[in-house]
Amino acid sequence: MHRERGGVGNATFCKVALPTPPRLFEPILPLKGRIKAERPLSVFVELHDVTHVYARAEDGLPAVQNLNLKVNEGEFAAIVGPSGCGKSTLMKLATGLQFPREGAVIVGGRQVGAPVKLAGMAFQNPTMLPWRTTLDNILLPLEIVEPHRSRLRRHKAEYVAKAESLLAQVGLKGQGHKFPWQLSGGMQQRASLCRALIHEPKLLMLDEPFGALDSFTREELWCVMRDLHAAQKVTIILVTHDLREAAFLADRIFCMSARPGRIVAERRVEFPRPRDLDITYTPEFSELVHELRGHIAQARQAA
Amino acid sequence: MKTRNQLVFAPWVFTIGFFVLWEVLCRVLKISSFILPAPSTILWAVWEYRSQLTYHAFHTLWMTLAGFGLAVGFGLLLGMLLGSSRLVNAGTYPLLVGFNSIPKVAVVPILVFWFGVGWVPPVLTAFLISFFPIVVNVATGIATVEPEMEDVLRALGASKRDIVFKVGVPRAMPYFFGSLKVAITLAYVGSVIGEQNASNVGIGNLLTRASAAFEVPLVWAALVVLAVLGVIMYAVTAYAERSMTGWAQRSQMAA
Repeated sequence: MHRERGGVGNATFCKVALPTPPRLFEPILPLKGRIKAERPLSVFVELHDVTHVYARAEDGLPAVQNLNLKVNEGEFAAIVGPSGCGKSTLMKLATGLQFPREGAVIVGGRQVGAPVKLAGMAFQNPTMLPWRTTLDNILLPLEIVEPHRSRLRRHKAEYVAKAESLLAQVGLKGQGHKFPWQLSGGMQQRASLCRALIHEPKLLMLDEPFGALDSFTREELWCVMRDLHAAQKVTIILVTHDLREAAFLADRIFCMSARPGRIVAERRVEFPRPRDLDITYTPEFSELVHELRGHIAQARQAA
Repeated sequence: MKTRNQLVFAPWVFTIGFFVLWEVLCRVLKISSFILPAPSTILWAVWEYRSQLTYHAFHTLWMTLAGFGLAVGFGLLLGMLLGSSRLVNAGTYPLLVGFNSIPKVAVVPILVFWFGVGWVPPVLTAFLISFFPIVVNVATGIATVEPEMEDVLRALGASKRDIVFKVGVPRAMPYFFGSLKVAITLAYVGSVIGEQNASNVGIGNLLTRASAAFEVPLVWAALVVLAVLGVIMYAVTAYAERSMTGWAQRSQMAA
C-alpha cells in the first residue's frame, strides 16, 4: 500500500524490462535534485523484482517480496528498516549466497548464479579466527580468492605490507601480531573491516558492522568507514538499523518495509563530502533522520 | 603466597598420606597379604619382578599406542567427513552409536576368531574402544563453524573443502585434543582387555596368569605399573593439548 511512496527510484524501476545483463553500465539519467553528475554513473548492483523464500521458512512466507534496488558503482548505499525485514536476506542475495525464487540479481553486469567472489563482507560479530594473529586473519581472503591464492606464498611480503597499510588506515598500526582476542571489540571490528577489504573487493557488504559497539567507538568507526570509502572507491551496501549511521555515511538510503521486505522509500543524502561528525548535530541532519524515522514507523505499522 | 604453597604441596601430602594410612592399617589390623597387601609388600614385588614387569609393560604400551594411533587417524578422517556433510552425519550416526554401545570385551572373541591370539586383538580392541570420542569431538568442532564465518568465505568463492580445512579443522583442534585425553585412557583399557583374553604377552596377560596362580603381590604390582603407565600417557596427551591449542585456553576459569 505504500508502494507509491517509493518515489524516484520506483519510477525508474518500472521501465526496466526483464533482466538482460548487458544493459548494465549504461548511464542512467541524472536524478532530480542532483546538481551535476561528475562521471557517468553505472549500476553495479541491481535487484530486479526479487522475491525470496527460505527453504527452511516454516510459514512459507517470503523474506523479501518484489524487491527492487539499484546501487551505482562506487556508491555508498545504506539499507534501513524495522528488525526482521529481510535486510540480511538482501545481503545474501546480492553476494550470491542465496538465489532468489523469483526475479534476478545482477552484480557487475552478470546475473548472479554463484557466490560473486568480488565481495567483501563484515558483520556485527567480527568473526576473527582465534588461532590466527590479526594479520593472518586479514590475509585469510587471499588464501581463497584468485589470483591472490596462487600468488600468496611467493609474494607474501607484498601482501603483508598491504595488510599493514590497511591496519594503519583503520588506526591499528603495528597491532597485527596480536591475536584477535587480545584486542577490544572495536579493534576487532576494525580488523574485520581490513579483512573485508584486503582483496580489493568491488563490493563491500556490511551487515550492522557497528551494532555491538558503544556509541563513541561507533562514531570513530563511522569516520574510519568514511575515509576507507573515499580512498578505495568501492561500492558499499550497509545494512543498519541506526538511522544516524545511515544518514552520516550513505549517498543514498533505502527504507525497507516489514517482512516480507521491499523498498518503500529511497532518499538521496546531499551532504557534501568529506563529511565531518559535526554535521550530525545540524538541523538538516536531524530533519533527515526524522524523515527516515517516519518511513520506518510507517513500515512497522503496515506490518 | 601461602595458599599457593599449600596448593603445590596438597597433592603430595594427600598421595603420600594415602599410602602411609594404607600401610599402617595393614600392619595394625594384621590384614593378610592375600586380601590386601601393604604398599611396602607391593613395592617389594615390583622390585622382585622388575624385569618381567618392564618387558610386559613395554608390550602393553606399544599395543596401546598402536591402537591409539589408528584411532587418531581414523577418528580425524571420519570426524572430518561427519562434520562437513550433514548427510553423512545423519546417515551414519545411528550405526556409530550402536557400535559404540557394544562393550568391547564382547568383541574380543570375534577378533580371536579372525586374527588368532597375538598382537592384533589388543591393538584392534584399543582402536575400537577409543576412536568414537575422537570422531564425535572432531565432527562437533567442524559442524559448529559460525555461519557468518562461512558466509564471509563462501562470498569469496571458497569451496566446502576450503572452509573445512581453513576454519573447521583448526577450530576442532581443542575438541580433538580434549578427546585425546579420553581416548588414550580408553585405548589403554582396550589393550589390557585384549591382552587378558587374546595375547601371550603384556601386562593384561601377566595379570591373568598371576591371578590364576594366586600370586597376589604380583597382581598388585602389575596394577601399580598399569597406574603409573596410565598417568604418564595421560600427562603426555594433556601436555600436547596445552601446547597445541593455547589460543583456546585463555579463559579465566581454565587458568
